Amino acid sequence: MAQALMNYLDPGAILLGVEAKSDQEVIRLLAERLHSLGYVKPSFAEAVLAREAQLPTGLPLGGDNNVAVPHTDPEHVLKPGLAFAALTAPVSFSNMEDPDEKLPVRLVFLMALNDKDKQVEMLQEIAGAIQSPETIDALIKSKSVEDVSRLLG
Amino acid sequence: MTKPKTVLFACGTGIATSTVVAHAVEDALKKRGISIATRQCKTTEVVSHLADVDLVVSTAQLPKDLGKPAITTLAFLTGIGKDDVLDKIETILKS
Repeated sequence: MAQALMNYLDPGAILLGVEAKSDQEVIRLLAERLHSLGYVKPSFAEAVLAREAQLPTGLPLGGDNNVAVPHTDPEHVLKPGLAFAALTAPVSFSNMEDPDEKLPVRLVFLMALNDKDKQVEMLQEIAGAIQSPETIDALIKSKSVEDVSRLLG
Repeated sequence: MTKPKTVLFACGTGIATSTVVAHAVEDALKKRGISIATRQCKTTEVVSHLADVDLVVSTAQLPKDLGKPAITTLAFLTGIGKDDVLDKIETILKS
């Protein structure tokens, strides 16, 4: 089931050991990859940032290592794809459920979605993966694209 | 057979997140022997979709005082507290 996640996750858009100072910086970094790999239009990064400010995507997992799933409207996307970043130190994302609450996030899945059915599958599999504390822990410690593929594939 | 209750699922865009949650809730309730009718919309459009709705389940902040039972939860994305939220949903749908 989780294999489909690797169909979207481009090896060129997996960034490990990322040192970023803010949620914006991570989003820009990942959006740049998706753009250079041909998944999204140049407008994508700003559109994701605008959406994140209004409708945040931080998901609280009950500890210090939380996840965010930024995304935006289909018109900025050329083909569905997924970018992933593991951060050396957490950056702050707002909680999807309560934008006033800030969450320390270590793992970011930037989704480029343009197909209603496919985006559901992508998010469903991310949700499946992050529900395992062992997977979260291993993703944070992952050292290579192969490690990530093994954990998500 | 009583008519299945209708649950309105809401999220920021009314597409990705609410669909994941709708599937998860529908499946989990089926295992408890409860079938539901599902609808989806954006959180900003909830008010205009409330007719015939028995419960609203949202992943993002909802307007206050909807006049219908409403639950805001990320349990179906993160897995945390899922059973408690399902109990709550079941209680509301059976009342």
